[in-house]
Amino acid sequence: MSIISLKAIEKYYGDYHALKGIDCEIAEGEFFSLLGPSGCGKTTLLRVIAGFEDVSSGTVVIGGQNMAGVPANKRPTNMVFQSYAIFPHLSVAENVGYGLRRARLPRAELAEKVNGALKMVGLEGFGGRASHALSGGQRQRVALARALILEPKVLLLDEPLSALDKKMREQMQTELRRLQRQVGITFILVTHDQEEALIMSDRIAVMFEGEIAQLAAPQELYRRPLTRRVGEFIGVMNFLDARQVDTGISQVRFDVDGLGEVEIKPEQLPKGARSFYSVVGLRPEALSIVYDGSPKSAVPGKVVDLSYYGDMTYYEVQLEGTSSPVTISMKNLTSRPVLERGAETQVTWDAGSLVVFAS
Amino acid sequence: MKGGWLRIYAIGYLVFLYLPVVLLPMFAFNEGTVIAFPLKGFTTEWFVQLAGIEALHGALLNSVFIALVTASLSVIFGICAARASTRFRFPFKGPIMGAIMVPLVLPEIIVAVSLLVVVVQVLDLPLSAWTVIAGHTLICTPFAIAILSSAFQGLDQSLEEAAVDLGETRWGAFKNIILPLVSPGIVASFLICFTISLDEFIIAFFLTGAEPTLPVYIWSQLRFPTKIPAVMALGTLMLVASLIILSVAEYYRRRGVERVGGKDSGGFL
Ligand SMILES: Nc1ncnc2c1ncn2[C@@H]1O[C@H](COP(=O)(O)OP(=O)(O)OP(=O)(O)O)[C@@H](O)[C@H]1O
Ligand SMILES: [Mg+2]
Repeated sequence: MSIISLKAIEKYYGDYHALKGIDCEIAEGEFFSLLGPSGCGKTTLLRVIAGFEDVSSGTVVIGGQNMAGVPANKRPTNMVFQSYAIFPHLSVAENVGYGLRRARLPRAELAEKVNGALKMVGLEGFGGRASHALSGGQRQRVALARALILEPKVLLLDEPLSALDKKMREQMQTELRRLQRQVGITFILVTHDQEEALIMSDRIAVMFEGEIAQLAAPQELYRRPLTRRVGEFIGVMNFLDARQVDTGISQVRFDVDGLGEVEIKPEQLPKGARSFYSVVGLRPEALSIVYDGSPKSAVPGKVVDLSYYGDMTYYEVQLEGTSSPVTISMKNLTSRPVLERGAETQVTWDAGSLVVFAS
Repeated sequence: MKGGWLRIYAIGYLVFLYLPVVLLPMFAFNEGTVIAFPLKGFTTEWFVQLAGIEALHGALLNSVFIALVTASLSVIFGICAARASTRFRFPFKGPIMGAIMVPLVLPEIIVAVSLLVVVVQVLDLPLSAWTVIAGHTLICTPFAIAILSSAFQGLDQSLEEAAVDLGETRWGAFKNIILPLVSPGIVASFLICFTISLDEFIIAFFLTGAEPTLPVYIWSQLRFPTKIPAVMALGTLMLVASLIILSVAEYYRRRGVERVGGKDSGGFL
């Protein structure tokens, strides 16, 4: 059962085509992320759902109801703004209770609800504080409490963590996720941070230039990006040119630059037409440096650079017959000494982790 | 000795600015009828005299009424214009805003004469307090817009959207969120418009009807040397009144800034 369904959403700002035919279903209780580079239309799409922007064409359905002509204050959505938009002249409790003013609740009941909401975001006892005397993380929590107290069907979050420092951001990521499970409300998160999207989301829509390039669960998105651009945007990916050699019943053979002949299963191939010339994508962990044994497929390479992270080492290895080095990540174990720059080594790969793109 | 010269300049500047103001109360309490040194004795006679002049009371009331209405109208127009210019995009915004601000630099005599022609010749209306109010509103509104624009500009636009998102109507969001946050600007622009209108002479002189405003009345009294000490006393009272108004305004402005946790910059005092 989808709580939001977007059908053929088009949005023009004058001549500028900001959203190009967005189709998407968002399920009830889902943690959904809109991920994309700056200017791709994430905020615009979120504002279309919230009712702050009109669509040029297309329909927005929330909870089975067509939202055409329904203003933002009548929609079953609430938003956490990037700037938090805490009302500076009101106290924390007045901010959190703001949306309940129209309900004209008895004073005691209102206070109870406000306290409940503050407790939920870990700000118990902060109600009397002046809202301008809060830290960034606290403002964020007030904004969350203020939106959640209305028990919306959907909570919209526009880059809510981008103003926080790294430590605080990581803490809020887990906390947001916990909160979402606890209240069971559908969250739609806008972010340009791919790691944040992977950590938090049930499903992610990757957007480029006003279009959804791929909509999938984090694992699927990471393992099987549909296009080279998605692969590049999510994490790190090495690309090697390849030519199709022959087609069998259960596999296709490719001649990959630097690796030689590789067998590829049908699910690793791009959907639709594919050409003779292709590009193969490999994550850094799909390649590995050979320390012992002699796997049947291994090619020589030379370490040109490395970054040591303590738990992991990222090597830049030049394979024969390729123009630029590939990135290989290796877990650091005592039995595996970190290689030096310039070391000659053997590189092997996990054929099942290869992704073929139509070039 | 660069610093020395600057210090002398600063002192000279302050003396030039405030000496006349200091002289005002001095002569207001001076017993002599001629405005000249040496001072004679202390008296409050001129203030007593002031209390007995009916025409003066009429002029004062007239001026205060005009100033209050002018300030209210200018602030309302100012709020509308400042909000429109900071919040919305519309065609010909630049030229329109420019046209509204022009009275700021237009010589008042031109405004006064052209308004007189329009009111008397074209509209064929009698001159009254309302014609003065029209003229004063014209010159005060740009000041109100200038002050209020900076107040509106400093607001995060998502505050209003957040209120709407929480179920408020557009008007409710404006009334409950935006207005309280720009209230220091409203108070400041109201007081500035009030003061400008209160002591404005040229437009009032041209457009006033049978009842003169205070500046016009004072000007008419300067022809009679015996009345001058009373005018001095009047000036002293106005000085005290404006100091009180300014302090009150500043108090509210600071409180407003404090309430929203802003950094205090600017202000009058
Ligand atoms: N009110 C507007 N008028 C004209 N163009 C706009 C307007 N709002 C947004 N745009 C344009 O639409 C495009 C998408 O904007 P949007 O704010 O949705 O991007 P975004 O994906 O949220 O980017 P960011 O990560 O930088 O916030 C941008 O190129 C922007 O310049
Ligand atoms: Mg954005």
